[in-house]
Amino acid sequence: MTSTAKPDAATGTLRGGPRRRRVRAGGGRGAPLPLLVPALIGLAFLVVPLVALLVRAPWRSMPEQLTSAEVWQALRLSLICATAATAVSLVIGVPLAWLLARVEFRGRGLVRALVTLPLVLPPVVGGVALLTSLGRNGIVGKWLDSWFGVTLPFTTAGVVVAEAFVAMPFLVISVEGTLRAADPRYEEAATTLGASRFTAFRRVTLPLIAPGIAAGAVLAWARALGEFGATITFAGNFPGRTQTMPLAVYLALQSDPEAAIALSLVLLAVSIAVLAGLRDRWMTAG
Amino acid sequence: MTETHGLGAGTGPDGLDARLVVDRGTFHLDVALTVAPGEVVALLGPNGAGKTTALRALAGLTPLTGGHLRLDGATLERTPPESRPVGVVFQDYLLFPHLTALDNVAFGPRCQGASKTEARAQAAQWLDRLGLADHTGAKPRRLSGGQAQRVALARALATRPRLLLLDEPLAALDARTRLEVRTQLRRHLAEFEAVAVLVTHDPLDAMVLADRLVVVEHGEVVQEGSPSDIARHPRTDYIAQLVGLNLHRGHADGHTVRLETGPAITTAEVLSGPVFVAFPPSAITLHRGRPTGSSARNVWRCEVAGLETHGDQIRAALTGDLPLAADLTTVAAAELDLHPGAEVWATVKATQTHAYPV
Repeated sequence: MTSTAKPDAATGTLRGGPRRRRVRAGGGRGAPLPLLVPALIGLAFLVVPLVALLVRAPWRSMPEQLTSAEVWQALRLSLICATAATAVSLVIGVPLAWLLARVEFRGRGLVRALVTLPLVLPPVVGGVALLTSLGRNGIVGKWLDSWFGVTLPFTTAGVVVAEAFVAMPFLVISVEGTLRAADPRYEEAATTLGASRFTAFRRVTLPLIAPGIAAGAVLAWARALGEFGATITFAGNFPGRTQTMPLAVYLALQSDPEAAIALSLVLLAVSIAVLAGLRDRWMTAG
Repeated sequence: MTETHGLGAGTGPDGLDARLVVDRGTFHLDVALTVAPGEVVALLGPNGAGKTTALRALAGLTPLTGGHLRLDGATLERTPPESRPVGVVFQDYLLFPHLTALDNVAFGPRCQGASKTEARAQAAQWLDRLGLADHTGAKPRRLSGGQAQRVALARALATRPRLLLLDEPLAALDARTRLEVRTQLRRHLAEFEAVAVLVTHDPLDAMVLADRLVVVEHGEVVQEGSPSDIARHPRTDYIAQLVGLNLHRGHADGHTVRLETGPAITTAEVLSGPVFVAFPPSAITLHRGRPTGSSARNVWRCEVAGLETHGDQIRAALTGDLPLAADLTTVAAAELDLHPGAEVWATVKATQTHAYPV
């Protein structure tokens, strides 16, 4: 990802001046303690656990930890499921975001609230909700089973469903925001050129909001990769089938803490990679 | 819905015959528009008059709440915008930023079912016709204002519309480019064989580009006619200001026109009944004391309400017997010691006024 020189230069000059002043203020008059102390505690609170992971990492046994078949199996499954969940979110989430951003209908506020609910819902509750809807005896799952012979709980597909349920709201919110910021008159211009509303969306709107979709997809993917509660509730914990990295970490912690730390480091590395990927978009904003 | 028969039956089936009624809360638009093929009509009016709403209604982007819309004999009011034979040049062009100039222009033909190669070939021809052969591969952000305007025109024309709509086509350009683009646009519009309707708040754009002006204020047509007719015979304060005339309405009896507000104007024409009287700000002479030796028949006592530079002249806004705009040189303004609140006497010769029936 290339970042243009301009925003970097801008933030550079913006930061340069005030920073020097702030340092002088801190050294000369001192930052007020009631602010400084909690601020440093807050910083330590966020950083120390991550440092602890690195300190306690079994660096010597690391190579064999990470090359074990179980780890690879879990990592592979995690990557596949998170990617599939992101794909599902894109296919149904982008049109949903478009609907929320572009079509005025009664109860739109309510629909938006329902879409964002999984963001704040405890994931375990999400898993239970999925069981009661898509489970073998769920209100929808019943028919899926008897008509199509499809069962989702405790399958790899179930993992994808659980992850998509939790991750899709991130994508929808991100894409809807981008759509609202995009000028709807481009779509109008397209229709005056003979494009149907769908063609206008596909050939004009979609390319224009691609960066927003990409950012939303990365967020959703990261959320899906770390998903634990809904997955273990709806899909269970079967190695090779539904045991993703977070489940493997949790399981390992009870028998082999060193392995848990090693696995955690892998997930930490992935998180840092995601953050680096989003850096241009977020760190330079504002 | 019942078919209404427009009053413009004499224009025949070809061209545009519309009555655009749009009701939106407090805003009410009701504009009748009849335009022959090959004719260029400008909707001229102040901001908020409803010009753009009328244009959007013609394009199908804003639904009509009443009236009718016929183009070359076909009824269009229920046709969605993508199926109307209408091309639009938007105010800020709205060129698709992710497509090259060529693909912007090819977009319309593609939507009409042409293959990619065919559409691109057509687009290349249009760009060539508009003098943009060297810029086919450029993205919109690399184009100058004038070039972007021509790409937008090419994009609208490439769908071979029977009705071409231009929303403030020159508003986004700087003064120098504007002059050049206005001349080019005039040539392209003259070549266009179907109906062209443009919307503008700039009287010069309207007069240069259009064969006929339709002046819209508060959602309705207040005057229409040829540019020269409207410039000489304004019927509202807005138009009089646009063309730079003092305009008063009154009742004529011989050489005297008595205004509704009291004062009278002596005119050269002999008329009777309700009339307009118009005269340019340059026809007014200002005096600091009551003029004695003046041969001018019209003498009014006024007060200076405001002063502003107007080209190399000073324009004085006057209140008093009647509201006036008067032009004078900077030297004259200094000699008269004009300042807001100063009392002045304004004189106008009868031969410099122009009276015409309402």
